[in-house]
Amino acid sequence: MSVVTEEVVDSASIAAASTRRRPLWQVALRNPNVIVGGVILLIMITIAALAPLLGTIDPTRIDPASRNKKPGTEITMRMDDGTTQKRIAHFGTDSLGRDVYSRVIYGTRVSLLVGVAVALISVAVGTVVGLISGYVRWLDGIIMRIMDGLMAIPGILLAIALVSIWRAGLVTVIFAIVVPDVPRVVRLVRSIVLTVREEPYVEGAISVGTPTWILMFRHILPNTVAPLIVQGTFLAAAAILVEAALSFLGIGIPPETPSWGNIMAEGRTLFRVFPHNILYPGIFLALTVLAINIMGDGLRDTLDPKMSKKV
Amino acid sequence: MLDFIIRRVIAIVPVLTVVAVFIFLMLRLTPGDPAAVIAGDNATSDQIDDIRRKLGLDEPIWTQFAIWITDILQGKFGESFFFKKTVAELIAQRIEPTLALATCTLIFAVCVSVPIGVLAAYKQGSMFDRAVMAFAVLGFSVPGFVIGYCLIYVFAIELGWLPVQGYTRIGVDFWKFLERMVLPSLTLSVGFVALISRITRASVLEVLNEDYIRTARAKGLSNRVVLMKHALRNAAVPILTVIGIGIAVLMGGAVVTESVFGLPGLGRLTVEAVLSRDFPTIQTVILMFSVVYVVINLIIDISYTIFDPRIRY
Amino acid sequence: MSGDAQKPVLEVRDLTVDLPSGADRPHAVEKVSFTVNPGEIVCLVGESGSGKSVIAFTVMGLLAKALKPTAGQILLQGEDVLQASEARLRELRCTRMSMIFQEPMTALNPVMTCGEQIDEVLATHTQLDASARRAKILAILERVKLPEPERIYASYPHQLSGGQRQRIMIAMALVLDPVLLIADEPTTALDVTTQAEILKLIAELQGTQGTGVLFITHDFGVVAEIAHRVAVLRWGQLVEFGTTEQILSRPQEGYTKMLISSVPSIHPRHREERREGKTVLRTSKLGKTYSSSAFFQATRVVKAAVDVDIDIRAGETLGIVGESGSGKSTVARCIARLIDPTEGKIYLGDTEIAAMPPRQLRPHRRRVQIVFQDPYRSMNPRMTVGDTIIEGPMNFGLGREEALKRARILMETVRLDPNSLDRYPHQFSGGQRQRICIARALAMEPDLLIADEAVSALDVSVQKQVLELLDEIRQRLNLAVLFITHDLRVAAQICDFVAVMSKGRVVEYGPATQVFENPQDDYTKALFAAAPGRHWEFGSFAA
Repeated sequence: MSVVTEEVVDSASIAAASTRRRPLWQVALRNPNVIVGGVILLIMITIAALAPLLGTIDPTRIDPASRNKKPGTEITMRMDDGTTQKRIAHFGTDSLGRDVYSRVIYGTRVSLLVGVAVALISVAVGTVVGLISGYVRWLDGIIMRIMDGLMAIPGILLAIALVSIWRAGLVTVIFAIVVPDVPRVVRLVRSIVLTVREEPYVEGAISVGTPTWILMFRHILPNTVAPLIVQGTFLAAAAILVEAALSFLGIGIPPETPSWGNIMAEGRTLFRVFPHNILYPGIFLALTVLAINIMGDGLRDTLDPKMSKKV
Repeated sequence: MLDFIIRRVIAIVPVLTVVAVFIFLMLRLTPGDPAAVIAGDNATSDQIDDIRRKLGLDEPIWTQFAIWITDILQGKFGESFFFKKTVAELIAQRIEPTLALATCTLIFAVCVSVPIGVLAAYKQGSMFDRAVMAFAVLGFSVPGFVIGYCLIYVFAIELGWLPVQGYTRIGVDFWKFLERMVLPSLTLSVGFVALISRITRASVLEVLNEDYIRTARAKGLSNRVVLMKHALRNAAVPILTVIGIGIAVLMGGAVVTESVFGLPGLGRLTVEAVLSRDFPTIQTVILMFSVVYVVINLIIDISYTIFDPRIRY
Repeated sequence: MSGDAQKPVLEVRDLTVDLPSGADRPHAVEKVSFTVNPGEIVCLVGESGSGKSVIAFTVMGLLAKALKPTAGQILLQGEDVLQASEARLRELRCTRMSMIFQEPMTALNPVMTCGEQIDEVLATHTQLDASARRAKILAILERVKLPEPERIYASYPHQLSGGQRQRIMIAMALVLDPVLLIADEPTTALDVTTQAEILKLIAELQGTQGTGVLFITHDFGVVAEIAHRVAVLRWGQLVEFGTTEQILSRPQEGYTKMLISSVPSIHPRHREERREGKTVLRTSKLGKTYSSSAFFQATRVVKAAVDVDIDIRAGETLGIVGESGSGKSTVARCIARLIDPTEGKIYLGDTEIAAMPPRQLRPHRRRVQIVFQDPYRSMNPRMTVGDTIIEGPMNFGLGREEALKRARILMETVRLDPNSLDRYPHQFSGGQRQRICIARALAMEPDLLIADEAVSALDVSVQKQVLELLDEIRQRLNLAVLFITHDLRVAAQICDFVAVMSKGRVVEYGPATQVFENPQDDYTKALFAAAPGRHWEFGSFAA
């Protein structure tokens, strides 16, 4: 409950005026949330990149002799050349004898890939459509009705419906998550365009004869960057969760490619006895999404203070 | 007022039209022969022809859509390929658990999240506020099925207080029904509570910065009155909006939660239909969820007028 | 209550309020002392950042948490409110001290009826039953001269006009007859005619009740109109405190002298009438109609401008004055073709541009340039001021080096350092930014410069400098200037001709001296009669 008087705001802004405008990333990196989330995310990216070097074995290797082992059990692997090799299954094995540790580590790749791909594609497509909608009056009505319609279908259900048509797989999953996300980006970009084009500085640019496309790139589009970075972060977090849910339900990434969701799907039937199949991928999943969300909160607070008031 | 309601109802027609067209096109625009897609990999060409004839896929696309939409509007949702029943029957059979789950979750989540959101805003920066915010981020980040299994593990397996899975119809045994609703509702609530408490906090904080709150304080009102009478009612519209949007999260969550807890509801039906490529069922269920979602949001839209006298016409 | 009428209701002694660390100065208010006697109106006057509002909020105990009163006393009838508990403060509010605010549009709770909101005051502070409270509320609504008190009681704030809302605020503040009323710029957001009514109402009510009023304002016209005593503030310090007569006619301090000298006179300067330049702009039956239609709804038609005929010659300034919603900005924006007029013609020299399609219009754009009201939003915050100024010339094919060279000259023209071209807008003050905007406009070498409330957001001392600059540029470049303003004093000083607009129409149009000294139209007469402090001729003092 604060009563901020205009005079105080003004004197504060004069104080701020003496400092130079910092680049976005420098501002963002001063926020503890961005740092904490970013560091965890960086660790996850490293894990994904270095998966083969982290003591893993082939995550798809089926070993009937060592099915359903509890975490920490020592198992003997029979290699192709006939020799045997002992190793500790840190996270246990699943009902086909696959090493859960290796599967979880490799699963990082799918999740991060889905997150990044969905965020980039949705933001790219949404920005183009949003700009068109905000700038081409006669198309605006049609585009927005279509977006309203798409948003009326609950996101996960739309994704489920889409995966049901195409063959299950990474591309299908990414596409299915992008479709319901695009309208959100479109609405964001459109609302920014509509607000900014009313700004006196845009009108000023119009009156000095700036052509429309320069107006768009020089004066309008830069205003969307910060909100889109923030929105993209949250879309990535949500996409990772949706992919996990789809795979968990058995309609996402097929089991040949390990993903946290399908490792958990595998563990469902024997959950009472061997909860590790759900526990370990669950922890990785939650930690990754948490890291992205924390980072997103930090980015929003620093890059887009107007939005942080709203949500 | 009636005028306003009629206009709002008319406004959802284009939205629903887009939904219907989209759901219809989804199958027709698949690469390859839709009939073959539906029939699956092991189908004979006779089976494929049979499906093609049943769906009227030989007709031009406009005719197909006209037939389809006319049927839907008359309540003829077609016949399920897999369950060998009409889709309408199937839905009637499966609707109760989903409705029960959604209702329990909604009531529980709203009752919990609005008060904690208001309190967090009021005590902005306090330990309580930080705890609520931390919980909210956590609630967004931990997927429903992981929460579900954790709850099952603790309360059903380790402590044995509640049943692990399954569903008892409300008409059969109310207490058993309630017992079996606790864990699923809790699971589904987590994300919902996170969403609403966060938005409640943000809206109340924003309202607390308004000039009329300053006026209220200048009148000598106590903080409690300022908060409950002036701030909360003004924050009601954004909170309601998010509850409306949250219904979509609830529906999505129901699919997963029903699978975790073995509830024979519409969510499970959706997954089963997808796994068995039962398109008439998928289409109908998705369409139904969307219509319900749109109608709930329409009702919320109209209810704004109760909270804010400015919203009219 | 104290029996001694001469004992001040409010006594502020050596008040110091600290700003949070990191601000541009340590104190928002520093060692300020003044008194308010019963039945007296004391004006706190100062430019933005002077700390005048902070004092008001400190008295009410409504200060933002970041600001801390650290020294001094505030005695309300002898009781130090700085020492009072939160509960005691709540008791005092509305019973002994009340406050009204600047923005009547947002100061009332939008979801409660006006009656309920006043009722809350009575329910909190009195033991009256519902019917007694209602009677008292209807009585006070009558006293603040609101028509149909019953209807107003049941109305929501959005159903009332700004002036009516401010009356509700006053009713709420005075319903329990407090000894002190604090008014924080209560008329700044209102039109001049409404402002006059509200000022009259406040003076009347406090006179009959003997209420002491602490009135915060930046407007010396208002000061001259209602104040008994005046305290001048600057950067949180009290510059001068005395009777209105003393301060306005015989200011002692340099700052006060400078401020008062900056107040534009309401009497137009006599300029020689030339009418020899060639006509730069002429409009004929110019009109703009907004219409919106929706399902099940009657089409709403708003005529923002109707049959506007004006003309400007080179080297002349035409002012369009009017209250909010009069259509004066609509006309300006139509002429700049930022919006498309719906009727009539606009002749720029000999070219008709009202209905010209965008592609053909582009070469003509450079001939009309516009300076906007809000200096904080008129420039792209991501571009240096240099890039902002050269954007236009480069659009029309000038090379970057050449354009920058011209920009440096322009910076000198508007009296800014040419070496600051690589700075960003936020590194300049409001007045400096308006100068940059003028430079941007001049870079196009326009025939017509439109100033749309271009000095309205500026403090009076800065305003004076920008006005002088505009006038000098007009003379030197033989520019035609279209000056849009709601401020009659400003119009009187800068315009050769004046068009008075009301409800979309030009109601009076003629040479400034003629319109100001001998208005013919009833609306114009009422408008001029409402100008605060019109009887006071603000002197010019050497600082």
